[in-house]
Amino acid sequence: MKLLGLVAVIITGSLLLYASGDFPAWGDANSPANSNQQVSVRYIQDSYAKTKTPNEVTAVLADYRGFDTMFETVVIFVAGIAIIAILSFLGEPNKPRGGDIEEHPETPDLIIVQTCKLVIPIIQLFALYVVAHGHYSPGGGFQGGVMFGASLILWALACGLPAALKRLSEPRALVLSAIGIIIYAGWGFLCMLLGGNFLEYAFTDPLLPEGVEKAHSHGMLIVEIGVAFTVTAIMFVIYANLSSRGRLKGGL
Amino acid sequence: MTDQLPAIIVLMPLLGALLSVLLGMFDRKLCLPVALVALAITASSAVAMLANVLASPGQSLSYRFGGWDPLVGIEYRIDALSGLVVLAITAVGFLNAIYSKTRVRDESPRREHYFYALYLLLVAGLCGMVLTNDAFNLYVLLEICSLTSYALIAIGNRRAALASFNYVIIGTIGASFYLLGVGYLYIKTGALNMDGIHAALRANDIADSPTIKVGFILIMLGVWIKMALFPLHGWLSNAYSYAPTTTGTLMAPLMTKVMVYIMIRMMLSVFGTEFVFHEEFWSNGVVWIATVAIIAGSVLALARSDIKKMLTYLIVAEVGYMVGGAWLGNHSGMIGASYHILSDAAMTFCLFLAAGIIINRTGEARMNAFDGAFKKYPLTMIGFTVGALAMIGLPPSCGFFSKFYLISGGIEAGQWGFVVALLFSSLVNAVLFFRIFERAYFPKDLASGFEFGGDPDAKPDRSLDQVPYSMLVPMLIAAASLLVIGLANQTIVGWLNTALASFSLK
Amino acid sequence: MMLDHAMLANLIEDTVVPKINFWIYIILMMTGLYAMISKNNLIKKLIGMSIFQTAIILFYVSIGVKSGSGIPILGAETQREFHEVEHHNHEHDEHPEEFPDVYAYPTINPDDYANPLPHVLMLTAIVVGVSTLGLALAISQKIYHEYGSIEEDEILAQIKTRSDNDD
Repeated sequence: MKLLGLVAVIITGSLLLYASGDFPAWGDANSPANSNQQVSVRYIQDSYAKTKTPNEVTAVLADYRGFDTMFETVVIFVAGIAIIAILSFLGEPNKPRGGDIEEHPETPDLIIVQTCKLVIPIIQLFALYVVAHGHYSPGGGFQGGVMFGASLILWALACGLPAALKRLSEPRALVLSAIGIIIYAGWGFLCMLLGGNFLEYAFTDPLLPEGVEKAHSHGMLIVEIGVAFTVTAIMFVIYANLSSRGRLKGGL
Repeated sequence: MTDQLPAIIVLMPLLGALLSVLLGMFDRKLCLPVALVALAITASSAVAMLANVLASPGQSLSYRFGGWDPLVGIEYRIDALSGLVVLAITAVGFLNAIYSKTRVRDESPRREHYFYALYLLLVAGLCGMVLTNDAFNLYVLLEICSLTSYALIAIGNRRAALASFNYVIIGTIGASFYLLGVGYLYIKTGALNMDGIHAALRANDIADSPTIKVGFILIMLGVWIKMALFPLHGWLSNAYSYAPTTTGTLMAPLMTKVMVYIMIRMMLSVFGTEFVFHEEFWSNGVVWIATVAIIAGSVLALARSDIKKMLTYLIVAEVGYMVGGAWLGNHSGMIGASYHILSDAAMTFCLFLAAGIIINRTGEARMNAFDGAFKKYPLTMIGFTVGALAMIGLPPSCGFFSKFYLISGGIEAGQWGFVVALLFSSLVNAVLFFRIFERAYFPKDLASGFEFGGDPDAKPDRSLDQVPYSMLVPMLIAAASLLVIGLANQTIVGWLNTALASFSLK
Repeated sequence: MMLDHAMLANLIEDTVVPKINFWIYIILMMTGLYAMISKNNLIKKLIGMSIFQTAIILFYVSIGVKSGSGIPILGAETQREFHEVEHHNHEHDEHPEEFPDVYAYPTINPDDYANPLPHVLMLTAIVVGVSTLGLALAISQKIYHEYGSIEEDEILAQIKTRSDNDD
């Protein structure tokens, strides 16, 4: 196996390196990718006029290529339900053959718990800020969602998994994640019902104030909120299931 | 509403999956109806969309997500070939969901809602992959299909987890190669839309650069890994045989064929025939690899005594047919490969369904499950026979016509090795299946004395075969479709001709 | 001797240094690929998978770099210019006699902003990588539960003894 791996790596590596002789230099502003008038330059020049969003990455992510982002959210949803489906039903009918997870009754450490109680609200507030401010600074649904999920994981690490599950139980997390995608797809359906194609935000202009370009901006915010819901819930679900091998007791 | 059909085809299963998870938390019995309704809507949309495509000028439809120009946004492009493949995907998905009614209850109790959610998302991903015209969107949908299939296999029992793990490793290598290939194309063209890449390749005259060539090789390698072309086929047999029955019957007909479609789409729409068939050395080389794949798949299938493993090695051989046909470089070969996508999906589906019924009823996974099968399960055996005869290539089944086009393409291109391999594989299939027929139709001892496997408390909706209707009817429909596809081959090939006309094949 | 050194230095400066990032990422990719194929321990394979995917992400992001450019977010100045133009055009629509001209939006120099597209693509790729890793870890937990080991040779040996016992 090692020989096969070595051979495969040498062949692939030399193929890739051979092609790299042809690449544009690092940081070249005139490379084909950076100077493509119909794609990248259009994103940079037209996105503010069309979508009123200074952050071009968010504009491309949630508007121009919004359909991709919806499926990216679906990918993370799939990971969550797949992990639950695989792990929740271990332990029957086979007896656990590998070593069992030792169940420590958690005696939370005073300093850690108090620090977390101070820090977690700040983390969550910052996470919400990152989601909402994704149009103006680096941020958006994924980033904010991961931070929010991390705050829940922090609580689980500090006080034990059952305490965190009291805050966000698995069924509620699944409902939250499904709602996130329903918001995203639902907004797209709304655009379809109002006469446009899927995720064509311009057609929601009658519903939202301030004109067609702002309708793009608001639409992006709504879908990013949907993404944040799903990512928060699934991050926590993945942690809960992997750390406790599906049984949601004990854990790390 | 009809111009929204491409979006509806991908979104309906997504909605069904979300509903399945939500409703399944209250009552798991609701999941199957939700899945059936979603798939029924999707299948009828696929029929309507195919009719739309055939009626439209140039037989090509375009759907722009977000209303953006195709080069900056994501576009779906449908022609007759993609329409037919989507129809095949949705039809298989729908029939398989009916088949799954009893199987899911038996094999994955208490997680039906997750199963159906993953199932519907797999169908959505497959449909999206076929329809999309954006190289990176294809990667995202490819990963959806991959993740759902890893999960659907891993929820099986015993050896399924290790088989799924190996599939994860190899599948990720394949998908990452594809992503890297798209990156290489992007670094040279700056475009992600398939038409945009094609235009950039021709306009800027960069088609000869090493980057584009290596990008092509990487994309091809990635797709070949995922379609289990020999010698990259190691993951297929274990993954499909140890998967739960309904997963196997869904994935075996679809995953590899959709990957073949992607290969053809990449070859024709993105790179173009002048680039791909420029060096005869390489295209001949690939045809030789396909020839070896056909022979190896057939021989390995002959050596197996486990029914499902035998069928999976037949898939390896069939992939060899399609890859060889596509790389012959002429019109007949490409028609043969495209037609074979449809016919092989139907054949594999029919065989896997029938084998699943027999394995389930007799509780035996090896060849001796077929002992006296005709007496015990006449309808099932007839379905299996139709599928087997199609695999061998007897008229009027679709298998005969696809072999006909492939062989004529091979003769035209002078690839005699390929032609011989096709005939050899027909022979091996005949030996394989006639062994089974001998056991089934003319058993040595009439009192084989098998107990009927399966659940003792099943509902009395059994048919002549003592097999539930929900399992029997989809299999019979699949067997009938083999004959329909075969008899309608002139019409289908006519549609494919128009679809492939814009690519200059000899 | 001196000539060879100079030639070598020139060669390196012309071919390797401008593309040193690509070389490093390709070496990282190959490290990950080797681990995925050759390692015996399941978790080490997954670490290799992670390295492989991360190297591809780095590769893509480095495509979009422009030396001397800033991040792809329009600054407050530019936004203000846009607002002024828009305000003026709005006034023009309301009172065409007082404001007869229609201003055009200010043109943005693409060299000032990094290419946003690779960032967008790699957001997706990162999420896909995380999902695959999570799923693969769950599968390896299931394998451990079933066989008591995560070394592939031990697992295969166990499978063999079990199938020998079954036959």
